[in-house]
Amino acid sequence: MADLTRDDVAHLAGLARIDLSDAELDRMVGELGVILEAVATVQQAPITDVEPMSHPMPIVNVTRPDVVRDCLTPQEALAGAPESEQQRFSVPRILDEE
Amino acid sequence: MTTDLTRATAAELADLLGAGSVSSREVTRALLDRTAAVDGAVHSYLHVDEAGALAAADAADRARAAGEPLHALAGVPVAVKDVMATRGLPTTCGSRILQGWVPPYDATLVRRLREAHLPLLGKTNMDEFAMGSSTEHSAYGPSRNPWDLERIPGGSGGGSSSAVASFQAPLAIGTDTGGSIRQPAAVTGTVGAKPTYGGVSRYGLVALASSLDQAGPCSRTVLDSALLHEVIGGHDPLDSTSVDAPVPPVVEAARRADVAGLRIGIVRELTGEGFQPGVQARFDEAVQHLVDAGAEVVEVSCPSFTYALAAYYLILPSEASSNLARFDAMRYGLRVTPEGVAAPSAEQVMAATRDAGFGDEVKRRIILGTYALSSGYYDAYYGSAQKVRRLIADDFDRAFEAADVLVSPTAPTTAFRLGDKLEDPMAMYLNDIATIPANLAGIPGLSVPSGLADEDGLPAGFQVLAPAMADDRLYAVGAALEARLTAAWGGPLLDRAPDLSEVTR
Repeated sequence: MADLTRDDVAHLAGLARIDLSDAELDRMVGELGVILEAVATVQQAPITDVEPMSHPMPIVNVTRPDVVRDCLTPQEALAGAPESEQQRFSVPRILDEE
Repeated sequence: MTTDLTRATAAELADLLGAGSVSSREVTRALLDRTAAVDGAVHSYLHVDEAGALAAADAADRARAAGEPLHALAGVPVAVKDVMATRGLPTTCGSRILQGWVPPYDATLVRRLREAHLPLLGKTNMDEFAMGSSTEHSAYGPSRNPWDLERIPGGSGGGSSSAVASFQAPLAIGTDTGGSIRQPAAVTGTVGAKPTYGGVSRYGLVALASSLDQAGPCSRTVLDSALLHEVIGGHDPLDSTSVDAPVPPVVEAARRADVAGLRIGIVRELTGEGFQPGVQARFDEAVQHLVDAGAEVVEVSCPSFTYALAAYYLILPSEASSNLARFDAMRYGLRVTPEGVAAPSAEQVMAATRDAGFGDEVKRRIILGTYALSSGYYDAYYGSAQKVRRLIADDFDRAFEAADVLVSPTAPTTAFRLGDKLEDPMAMYLNDIATIPANLAGIPGLSVPSGLADEDGLPAGFQVLAPAMADDRLYAVGAALEARLTAAWGGPLLDRAPDLSEVTR
């Protein structure tokens, strides 16, 4: 098993979109190391040729009749928005400036 | 009338309401007054809805006066864990990132509670996004155990367990992803049931791990949990994993409490070593009570359970890291702008918000899940965990050939002190060792009080597990044990808990 380095954790935090502080990174490297060592024991279980199980029951697709039904009003849908404008969610810029 | 309405069970209140000898407003008022008196010390609630609860109580009283057909629990108040969306009431999941969020819709189970005329008292405290076994990971401070205010009430549903144990509510809703209904019930001397996966709708339950989450009842008696289970259970077209079958006959099973000829399987891997002696002693006595009631005992082995905790702490973080990606600071919840960045991008705002809005445990699990799902490590971690999950389900299948129900202590220890395990995540995770296998396999489980451990005088729990959609067996066994133990104790276990009026000021 590969040990997690501080750089690894910083990279993962970036993927997870969490802007960890230096102090948080320092602490989390150690904690994650201990947890990873414990959870890695799954690899010692007799799992060769075992079918993975993603869900406790057979999953079937569920559909409904294509008819109009009650839904949220625009005001309700936007009620929790940090910012809204013209009946839309208002968000920070999504493209780089260059 | 001399009945203390706060100490009456939900079934007793239902009888009083049905007979017209008490109104829902009187019951609701009494419980709200109890909360005003003790919740400063216990901290079960994040939000109390006094006006809404009283209005719903009046509506229940009017419906009854008008002779409408009502569920037995109509007019009996209930507390709801803050992970369920409640229209018009704050829903925070114990997290800063949702502080002040008021959902524009009701979870299906909340809608069912409202339609059945159960007044909603308020929203109960929890570990942030249900990640924890003590409520110490709530962003709003921990709840406390009514048996000893310096100890944990279990988690993540410690708000619901402590509300029920401190007589602030006869009924509460919990959610159980790895034990968050059952372990809090065990350490507070109360009852809690995790229904079969899909037995209660997850629509409006803020997802932690979608393949494991299941909402269920918390109460002080087995019959009360069965009654609440009946109200919230059943098929929901809004949840694609909802089981399209009738709710098992849980109330009838709780009333009959018949275990004659039932085969009770003791899971070898979930007893003995690692379990506190007093917890084990109460478990052994409970098994003997069931034998005296006519049950047969067999021993079963589930060797893969040894790997259950490890598999769970890969599957849960993986699903959580994906589910919690929705907290992106764009459509609802907190938005934090990073300091010192001119015209920050949406991505930078998202990262700053999630750092400010999530607590340590949530960050740990999101990052662990991100790792377990990342390319190059997926097969070794998430993939292996999914294979272990299959082995565990197979172990259950084999065990249920030899036994009708399986039993174990619910949690390895009684309630520990606040702060004791906060700095050691793995020690905290070990609390769920006996409850996790049921979530991985999707089967139902129930915890019922087994007594007080000799070494510390604190409550221990007895867990019953049954095959999928055989939830009624849990209630039969739980009620049979409860009847015998209550008789042996000379009254309910909670009669021995401290009277909190002394500690409140």
